Amino acid sequence: MTLWLLLAINSVTLGGLLFLLSAGFSLIFGLMRIPNLTHGSFFMLGAYLGVSFLRAGLGFWAAALASAAAMARIGGVIERLLLRRLAGKALAQVLVTLGLSFMIADICLMIWTGDPVQLESPPGLRGTVPIASVMFPAYRLAISLIAVAIAAALWLLLERTRLGAMIRAGVDDAPMARVVGIRVGRLFSLVFCLGAALAGFGGVMGAPILSVYPGLDADMLPLALIVVILGGTGSLLGAFVGSFIVGFLYNFGQALFPELAYVILFLPMLAVLVVRPQGLFGRQA
Amino acid sequence: MTRRWAFALAALVLASLPLWLANSYYVNIASQILIWAMLALSVNVLAGYAGLVSLGHAGLFGVACYAVALSAAAGMGHLAAAFVALAAILAATALFALLSLRASGISFLMITLALGQILWGIAYRWISLTQGDNGINLAARPAPFGISLESPPAFYLATLAVFCLVVAALEVFTASPFGASLAGTRDQPQRMTALGYHVWLIRFLAFLFSGLIAGVAGLFFVYYDKFVSPHALSLATSAEALLMVISGGTGTLIGPIAGAALVVIMKYVASAYIERWNLVLGAIFVAIVLFMPEGLVPGTLRLWRAVRGARVGGADLGPAGRGAP
Repeated sequence: MTLWLLLAINSVTLGGLLFLLSAGFSLIFGLMRIPNLTHGSFFMLGAYLGVSFLRAGLGFWAAALASAAAMARIGGVIERLLLRRLAGKALAQVLVTLGLSFMIADICLMIWTGDPVQLESPPGLRGTVPIASVMFPAYRLAISLIAVAIAAALWLLLERTRLGAMIRAGVDDAPMARVVGIRVGRLFSLVFCLGAALAGFGGVMGAPILSVYPGLDADMLPLALIVVILGGTGSLLGAFVGSFIVGFLYNFGQALFPELAYVILFLPMLAVLVVRPQGLFGRQA
Repeated sequence: MTRRWAFALAALVLASLPLWLANSYYVNIASQILIWAMLALSVNVLAGYAGLVSLGHAGLFGVACYAVALSAAAGMGHLAAAFVALAAILAATALFALLSLRASGISFLMITLALGQILWGIAYRWISLTQGDNGINLAARPAPFGISLESPPAFYLATLAVFCLVVAALEVFTASPFGASLAGTRDQPQRMTALGYHVWLIRFLAFLFSGLIAGVAGLFFVYYDKFVSPHALSLATSAEALLMVISGGTGTLIGPIAGAALVVIMKYVASAYIERWNLVLGAIFVAIVLFMPEGLVPGTLRLWRAVRGARVGGADLGPAGRGAP
């Protein structure tokens, strides 16, 4: 019984982290049609930056926010200098984003060396919380709550603000949005920065659980891809539901069928693709 | 006609390589380039001529690798093992194609990526079959017609012979009516349908052809290393193969070969001098996109013609000029 509960908690935690990663990925893909294969690298680089901010004396949450801000800047520079010139050229985007992920991986190896870094959970969240006579690890609960809070904030931003309405218009029909006077290019930069910041923030949040190591980027990127394919591109709800599905599949697959964990992870995605190619919550393209 | 002579001359120069490359280390590098070039050419059949960008080819490549290593380990002869491997890769490719050809564009890329990762997961985790991370050893390289391939020059020449066959097959393929109809499904799928072509079937057959070439590359990969591990199926391998194609020039015959040479040389030669070769390689990819978005080979041709000024008309680009989507 406890094992199942523990697995479920770990699944929810991973789902929360995946949501932070894939919300940005999904929005970037939905709005800009850019398959941002650097997104896993943003997660890793954000985590490493958080490590450095922590070592420089910042508190955990301050370090996570500082890392998110830094990733927003880095994402903004990449968008302005590179991706903006490549609108509509999918092959060039694949080449550039993969090339960047090579570079970021190597830079991380150069600065932070190849040794894995395990961060401590923030003070105050290191213990357990008793809920209905079961002890829950406090930090994992906190991650889930933060992910839900960010999801709610993003939902409010997209559904209840003027900016969100403009972003939705851009996702649905970018040329028409331009015609009615929305500066879609500015929205692109904003969404890209936001996506990078969320990925970086997720990286720091995940560091006490996943630890930070070379190859974290390549581990996370396929998971984000599955989430987005499952949930449907450009859909926040899809990213949210997809993240938790993948979180559960990953943890339960690892525990129950270790030899076939990866197959289990990808099979539902294939099923969705075959039955509903636009994803669970995606709209027909 | 000049194109055919140029190929024959290039093959001769390549065949003489072991004579003037004294160090067998460099002969081995040349073999590696040929093997990777075959994989890149296989990706290019889909990415270049069909407009279907696959990020799962390492999975197919790996199926051939594991099939040959496993059947050799089970006591089969080399010829039988090679046939088993090619049959296995055709079956795997057919399955890939059935699932992924429901989509095109970026969705196709994501589906192939996912399928490739499944195969990687099987190789990595199904330890009772694949021995996981420890990989599988191949006892010896094959000895066709009694000629041992253990020495680097002999192996290089054998690889070159098969490589030339692959290039010739691709040359015939692109010039054939089938190649033209494949390019048609890339540029105008709806009009092709309206003209009565079976777009799905054309893409399916092209996928099988691509898989077959990837299988040949896989065979030689295993013969070269006498070892296969899950790394052969990793996303990194798929990405490298695709990067070779895009950086060299999508939809050209020479481009993927040049891209393979670039990546392998960076990996094995430049890495001896530059510690951060991955950084340099990534920077090169970004620079290619910025300055030669059509790829190295068409880009260089364009620059060369720009330098030569107005004398444009006669240059025969082959598929290069039409290639980039």
